[in-house]
Amino acid sequence: MIEVVVVGVLTGAIRSASSVLLATLGEIISERAGITNLGVEGSMLMGAGAGFAVTAATGSPVLGVLAAIGGGALLALLHAFMAIHRGANQLASGLAAMFLGLGLTALIGAPYVKANVDGLNRVAIPGLAQLPIVGGMLFNHDLLTYLAFLLAPALWLFLTRTRWGLFLRAVGERPDVVYAAGLDPRRFQYAAVLAGGALAGLGGAQLSLAYTHTWFEGMTGGRGFIAVALVIFAAWHPLRAVVGALIFGGAIALNFQLQTLGVRISPYALDVMPYVLTLAVLLVWGQSGRRAMPEGLRAVFRNA
Amino acid sequence: MLRAERLTARPNWSAPAWAEELGRFVGGLLLAGAAFAVVLLLFGKDPVKAYAEIFQGALGDSYGWTEVLVKMIPFVLTALAAALPAQLGLINVGAEGQLYFGAITATWVALTFGDGPTVIVLPLMVAAGFVGGAFWAGLCGALRAYAGLNETISTLLLNYVAIRVVDHLVHGPWKDPSNFNWPYTAEFTQAARLPVLFGSRVHLGLALAALAVVLLYLLLTRTRWGYEMRVVGGNPEAARRGGLPVGLYLVAAMAIAGGLAGIAGMAETSAIQGRLRAGISNGYGYVGFLASWLAGAHPLRIVVTGALLAIISVGGDVIQIAVNLPSSSVNVLMALILFGVLGTRRRLEAAR
Repeated sequence: MIEVVVVGVLTGAIRSASSVLLATLGEIISERAGITNLGVEGSMLMGAGAGFAVTAATGSPVLGVLAAIGGGALLALLHAFMAIHRGANQLASGLAAMFLGLGLTALIGAPYVKANVDGLNRVAIPGLAQLPIVGGMLFNHDLLTYLAFLLAPALWLFLTRTRWGLFLRAVGERPDVVYAAGLDPRRFQYAAVLAGGALAGLGGAQLSLAYTHTWFEGMTGGRGFIAVALVIFAAWHPLRAVVGALIFGGAIALNFQLQTLGVRISPYALDVMPYVLTLAVLLVWGQSGRRAMPEGLRAVFRNA
Repeated sequence: MLRAERLTARPNWSAPAWAEELGRFVGGLLLAGAAFAVVLLLFGKDPVKAYAEIFQGALGDSYGWTEVLVKMIPFVLTALAAALPAQLGLINVGAEGQLYFGAITATWVALTFGDGPTVIVLPLMVAAGFVGGAFWAGLCGALRAYAGLNETISTLLLNYVAIRVVDHLVHGPWKDPSNFNWPYTAEFTQAARLPVLFGSRVHLGLALAALAVVLLYLLLTRTRWGYEMRVVGGNPEAARRGGLPVGLYLVAAMAIAGGLAGIAGMAETSAIQGRLRAGISNGYGYVGFLASWLAGAHPLRIVVTGALLAIISVGGDVIQIAVNLPSSSVNVLMALILFGVLGTRRRLEAAR
């Protein structure tokens, strides 16, 4: 019995974490280049809404996922223009992007609110999925979940072991040095913000196409903001982001398990857990993270 | 930079600067209007008809403009909730949650002391709404001041928490059993209802909002506290070395701001709904943030930007029926307005 619950929570944690993990990794890329994007929430919604609408209309989840990437990136492009070219306040512009995503997906998704799609089903990895206990836990997920968890180490390698990763980090720390080296920091920033939006869109697609198989207005429920919080918790490090996303996913999965077990706690009270837990980990472990903040962000998050 | 342009005790009212700023603002609005028209066209809707419906619906008759006033009340109060912390360089994006928390505490008063006389119950509810919102925001202020937790993120996340606390209360302990199982509290007694004005839905919250605008303006421009808050916003390190209690100011500004949003929550439950239920605010706190941003966090200008967003919001309810669009699609117009104004505002910073 207890084993079933534990396995259920861990499996659920991975499934619930992957949308947030994708968005968090995206935001790490963006912030490493010195641009913070609160519009992640909007980009996730664009991914969830556009991905669902295109999948429902065409029957092809592949096209849906592409639409999600495009939608998320498009919204991020607007933010990038405002932040990089117009020197607009990044937090205000990001929130405007969040609003725009909320409104646009209400329009895009309206015809599909009660629709149901096959979307992305789980793919058991042959051989590995048959392993006892861990097989079902780790190797029976949707493709975007695998992608999310593989992307984290890949992004870490990119940031720390490649020239372009080094340039990207330099842009976030000392753009003038990059400029002096003959490179245009703005190009890196555009690329980083776009990549961030695309990944957030992908996270949204995981949510609507693989996790819930439905669409409703505002379905991300603050996951984009959670991602921004987890970036600080993760100290801008992709591997620590995995830990943060799993804590968030674990809270959701634990909720679900407790409710199915019939524990007499208000479901609304349990719903609060992921948000409170995110704040709590930020409070406890956020301090060490803040020291790792890219220099270029300090002007944005002017923390005392 | 986190702040809008600083509110100065003596604003630069010289004609050219004023005209240029207004010109840019109007230019941004027109740009946003044009962009929204394109969005409508893309979705196969007639933009001319949609705009006609928005203005006809919001300003065409007395029902329309009284509804604009009704919407302005929470918009202006939550905008002030963003504007005051902005003077200190804080970003309060939590007016939505603070509104809900103020609604909770005010409802507690209404349900507990509702049998008392109006002159006691209503002021008590306003005070309770203020305290509730102040607690919710003050928490974020304290975490920021003493634990370094970024207030942008904490206020955002606590919005979701406050909304779920309301859900919990109206589905659970506070649910009115005589209400066919709807997730509402019992209806407030007449003593706990804010009086309405001019025989419309406009209620006394309008006076509270107006009072808040004037008081906040005076606080910021005419008092030592306001001056010192702006010093903290300008250079916290200098303020600290100058002996100002920076942490205390951060907490106090957040608490007062949250209190104003809490009063908005009290007014919505007491005057509009007459009971607490889920969804009393349809993103009012976020709209308030936009209004504050558009106004450069200036309390008097917030009246103008709050009215503008209220017109759009009322118009949005109209086009939902007339042009068959989801009502939240006006979020697109609001966001585009912010983008338009951000995009045309004079560049304050050099690009890196």
